[in-house]
Amino acid sequence: MTETTIDREKLRDIYTRTMRVARADEKFRSLLMTGKLAVIYYTVRGQELVSAAAMAALEQDDYLVTTYRGQHDQIAKGVPLNPLFAEIAGKVGGTCRGKGGSMHITHPETGVMVTTGVVGSGLPIANGLALASQNRGDGKVTMVCFGDGATNIGAFHEAMNMAQLWKLPVIFLCQNNRYGEHTAFADHTKVDSIVTRAKAYGMAGAHVDGNDAIAMYNTTKAAVDRARAGEGPTLIEAMCYRMMGHFFGSDFSYMPKEHLAEMAAEDPLPRLRQLMLDHQFTEAELDAIVADLDAQMDAAAEFAANSPLPGPEEIRKDVFEEEIAA
Amino acid sequence: MSAQITMTQAINRAIDEAMAEDEGVILLGEDVAAKQGGGVFKISSGLTEKYGEHRIRATPISETAIVGACVGAALTGFRPIAEIMLMNFVTVAMDQIVNHAAKLRFMSGGQTNVPLVIRTTTGVGVGFGGQHSDMLEAWFAHVPGLKIVTPSNAADAQGLMRAAIACNDPVIFIENILCYGLKSDDPGANHFVPLGKAAVAREGSDCTIVTYGRTVLDALEIAGKLAEEGISVEVIDLRTIAPYDEATVTASVEKTGRAVVLHEAVKQYGTGAEIASRLGEKLFGKLKAPVTRIGGAFSAVPMANALEQAWIPNKDAIADAVRTAVNWKG
Repeated sequence: MTETTIDREKLRDIYTRTMRVARADEKFRSLLMTGKLAVIYYTVRGQELVSAAAMAALEQDDYLVTTYRGQHDQIAKGVPLNPLFAEIAGKVGGTCRGKGGSMHITHPETGVMVTTGVVGSGLPIANGLALASQNRGDGKVTMVCFGDGATNIGAFHEAMNMAQLWKLPVIFLCQNNRYGEHTAFADHTKVDSIVTRAKAYGMAGAHVDGNDAIAMYNTTKAAVDRARAGEGPTLIEAMCYRMMGHFFGSDFSYMPKEHLAEMAAEDPLPRLRQLMLDHQFTEAELDAIVADLDAQMDAAAEFAANSPLPGPEEIRKDVFEEEIAA
Repeated sequence: MSAQITMTQAINRAIDEAMAEDEGVILLGEDVAAKQGGGVFKISSGLTEKYGEHRIRATPISETAIVGACVGAALTGFRPIAEIMLMNFVTVAMDQIVNHAAKLRFMSGGQTNVPLVIRTTTGVGVGFGGQHSDMLEAWFAHVPGLKIVTPSNAADAQGLMRAAIACNDPVIFIENILCYGLKSDDPGANHFVPLGKAAVAREGSDCTIVTYGRTVLDALEIAGKLAEEGISVEVIDLRTIAPYDEATVTASVEKTGRAVVLHEAVKQYGTGAEIASRLGEKLFGKLKAPVTRIGGAFSAVPMANALEQAWIPNKDAIADAVRTAVNWKG
């Protein structure tokens, strides 16, 4: 049985991670709106808390694999803001020297091993990270994040079966934001809930309200503990909302008004704020956390703006270990 | 006569040596463990007993999951070997190979790399038909970040496999079903053949045949026959198809002035086009005859042996191509 309470310091941690994601997302959108940044960006508005609570249950050296809509996962996992902002801006100071961009953020120091732009492809790779940990006995777990849209591609099914077959220390975190690109959940999947698919592979499954900080953290923690103890993988389906279109600036008129209203009512940010107040955090304390984060965002945006553009020689580097001759 | 070793034994030995040296060398593939018989072609025979089922992992029939798991393990510094039973089945795992294994080093700005070997086999001439026989090396050669290797003899198979496992980038290692029984003089333990280095399989002065894999045998046989006609053929065995040893190929053709590029894969858009084109760019004005290509026919590989034999590069056609080059009057 998962816990129903939470340590107060853990709650502060989750709040800080959530707001770091939220303020970064807000900053990216403001940079895009004002023309200071012109890149493709998949906003994570609405999914801040689900990542924050999940990543708060991992250790820094646990592995993470995520997708192109992954800024919330990366930031919550601890990727430093300066190189993250610079990478999204395509600058040399970026995590990947500007060669990956927002869809391919990689930062092994914080365990972010792969960010893939191909839906579903992270799951088989996560198995391999977990397999290496299993063979080494290093005690690490691997988490792979994906959306509901990824659960209908073959890689999902192959990976789920293999993970359970080998009892790999991996957590499949499906952030069910109710849309696969422009297609609503009910229009791409005939089961009511993704977690029912865990049964098909003999795997443990958990269905959770991703916007409930305590439930999300405790559910993830239980899965992490199981994996670390060698008891095998878990599929977690965390219900959440993608509160904007597929990518920033894209038309989302296909999302019904009632659905948008439902999402606004379930916005994880005010809900978490209330939870914090209920746990005797003061408004002033919470405001101070956000103000500090905003200062970090401004610094990161400035770092990115001042970081140089990559030179053409970068094209010949990192194709292979040895540089390609000019 | 010195001791001999077959290509099957040679590949097995190379993997065995690498596994003994490094715990991170693991093998994943369908039926590869002892319980399943050590693989359809017995390449991993005896390895489970030595290294355990956690390192020799028989997988479900899930090529995407096999290659994906190897990519993930490689990112942590393991040196996994994925056995994809037949080359046509790599098509099922193309996303993992092309979008991930090949590109993660670049897209991460060099923070990660994928020291992975994908072993696979194929070959025309055993009646396996259209979905079990293709040589698809050109598909991979077109992808920046992949190295492609194929041996033509047992000793090279051993040395190239050791080098492929040691390589810090993904390597597609293509075996040929018809070559598994080929014997070489035993090269001994810890034999390495460097990647990217071609072999001059036979020296000659009138025309160069550039080839790799099983067709090296055809080229050597033809070279022997043409010698009786007074035509001296040099045979270059690329060993690494991509990136190939352009210096050795160019030097040879500069010397002979003539080249025939030969491969079992379909001729159209094949690797031969790249090699012929580069020879044209480098040696324009020095060539005594046009560079020609010989490859498989433009159809699916047929099952019936009579059709298979009509499909693959024909030895008479290879000899004719060399004769035409040598007799070229411009």
